[in-house]
Amino acid sequence: MSTRGWILAAALFLVASLVVGVLVGPVHIGLGAVLESVAARIPFLHVHSPLSSTDEAILWDIRMPRVVLGALVGAMLAVAGASYQGVFRNPLADPYLLGVAAGAGLGATLAVVYLREIDFQTTLPPAAFLGGAVAVVAAYAIGRSAGAGSGGATLVLAGVTVAAFFTAVQTFVQQQHSDTIQEVYSWILGRLPSSGWRDVVIVLPYAAVAITGILLHRRLLDVLSVGDEEAASLGVNVGRVRLAVVVCATVGTAAAVAVSGLIGFVGIIVPHAIRLVAGPSYRLLLPLSVLVGGGFLVLADVIARTALSPGELPIGVVTAFFGAPFFAIVLRTSKRMAS
Amino acid sequence: MSRLLTALLALAVLVLVGASGSPAEPTAVPHRIVSLSATATESLFAIGAGPQVVAVDDQSDYPKQAPRTKLSGFTPNVEAIAGYKPDLVIVAYDPNGLAATLRGLGIRVLVQDAATNLTGAYTQILALGRVTGRLPAATRLVNRMKTQIAALVAKATPRARGLTVFHELGPDLYSATSSTFIGRVYQLFGLRNIADAADTAGSGGYPKLSAEYVVSRSPDIVVLADIKCCAQTAQTVAARPGWKNVAAVRTGTIVRIDDSLASRWGPRIVNFVRAIAGALTHLRR
Repeated sequence: MSTRGWILAAALFLVASLVVGVLVGPVHIGLGAVLESVAARIPFLHVHSPLSSTDEAILWDIRMPRVVLGALVGAMLAVAGASYQGVFRNPLADPYLLGVAAGAGLGATLAVVYLREIDFQTTLPPAAFLGGAVAVVAAYAIGRSAGAGSGGATLVLAGVTVAAFFTAVQTFVQQQHSDTIQEVYSWILGRLPSSGWRDVVIVLPYAAVAITGILLHRRLLDVLSVGDEEAASLGVNVGRVRLAVVVCATVGTAAAVAVSGLIGFVGIIVPHAIRLVAGPSYRLLLPLSVLVGGGFLVLADVIARTALSPGELPIGVVTAFFGAPFFAIVLRTSKRMAS
Repeated sequence: MSRLLTALLALAVLVLVGASGSPAEPTAVPHRIVSLSATATESLFAIGAGPQVVAVDDQSDYPKQAPRTKLSGFTPNVEAIAGYKPDLVIVAYDPNGLAATLRGLGIRVLVQDAATNLTGAYTQILALGRVTGRLPAATRLVNRMKTQIAALVAKATPRARGLTVFHELGPDLYSATSSTFIGRVYQLFGLRNIADAADTAGSGGYPKLSAEYVVSRSPDIVVLADIKCCAQTAQTVAARPGWKNVAAVRTGTIVRIDDSLASRWGPRIVNFVRAIAGALTHLRR
């Protein structure tokens, strides 16, 4: 399939997922009613929404922002995972590689424990974002002081070190305040909150800048995949490209994690599934990761919302439970096709 | 073979000697009690056994005169507990064989895990009365609780007919079904609990509800058990997306319950019942 064909197919998948996400939920709202309600919001059309004010609120204030947030977070995590795998030439790299998850976890825990007099749903996202950023900066500083080069391996090790340290501090703080375990745990398992459009507004600018920044480097990531020295001999400033992509991926991931907690697996399975079916070129992989990652998380959230309806599953459980077997199937079929 | 037999024999003798020489005489009245259960702490002081208590855990914040320490009931340290030289330890939770280890040190242990209904709560108070030598006071307390709860329920139940309740454990909408201790209190009034629809085997009675569902069911009463942990108020609830149409928000029937009150099964459960009865009485229908 041509590049354009792949992009079109992935875009259709995202749109289909968004439609399913808007139509399916614990409260049944039919397709016709949704379309009329949408039409009612378009000026000069003079359509009246058939929905009760409660259903109208459920559709526009609870379900739609959640679907949009799912698409944003999924796109961000998938493209961040793909770009980390590219700059570190490490197939197991995920968006949490440089300690952003551990740092954000500590930030979130501190917010829940020490800022509880304030509504922690307001204080948690900035605290998590700050914690994630601090962790990655620390990892970068340690990695740099230990010597650059060697394909970013030192940076990865520094990330592992920082993550272990931040996780230890987080566990200690949580242990001292065991009455807050539920809130911290619920964030760690990952969830798309029902806090209306506020979280979308928080994530959108970061995700937009980060995704644009990463996509601008897609050709350079292809060059980087041949190796640091070869890329340098082709005139690429390897260190600068790596830094730019890591900064974009980290800032975007920190914003996504800040509102949605630690949703695992998306950053690994989505890019790898795309590699298996569409090939390894970053020129195609990165835009496809944005589209497919967004659609994947929206669908995962549909399952999270409906599997135990009217109860809910943490979305991180869904992405791992359905993502892992799905990846196994992709792995099998692509092997068979190759042979 | 004979050596094994000798060893077994020696062990048996040791066990017998140990058992007969154990200080844990069931008849002795304890006067150095350590309570690692916030509920048991409240009950001990309510039956007048407070002077026999030497230490309570970090969660036991009621009553004020309880000798609160840094001991933890969730991650207990046997040495720290034994350091208080207790003759009775009460726990609500028995992690990593804590009770067995303490008993191995010759300390009497009473495990009182979360009661699932009022009968269970009364049984535990009476058991505390029995071991502390304060059974008459415990019996009086239980009888008083029963009378007060019955009166409150009788007064408010006619107003609860057909009404729905949503018990909120956290702003992420974790709730409690009718199979939980707190859920049974709502059952006393005949309230319908909207969390029951999500009661699956795995949730343990505490499912996480979806926001869409809670808003669509539009519960008549919202009980906030997350005012301390998460700073939830009637205002924050009303400000949530889609919640302004919820019946309880429109009528202002949002009951704020101290987090600890709603998570314990001690004597103050009467206060909880009173708060619900009060909300029902003030609810204009």
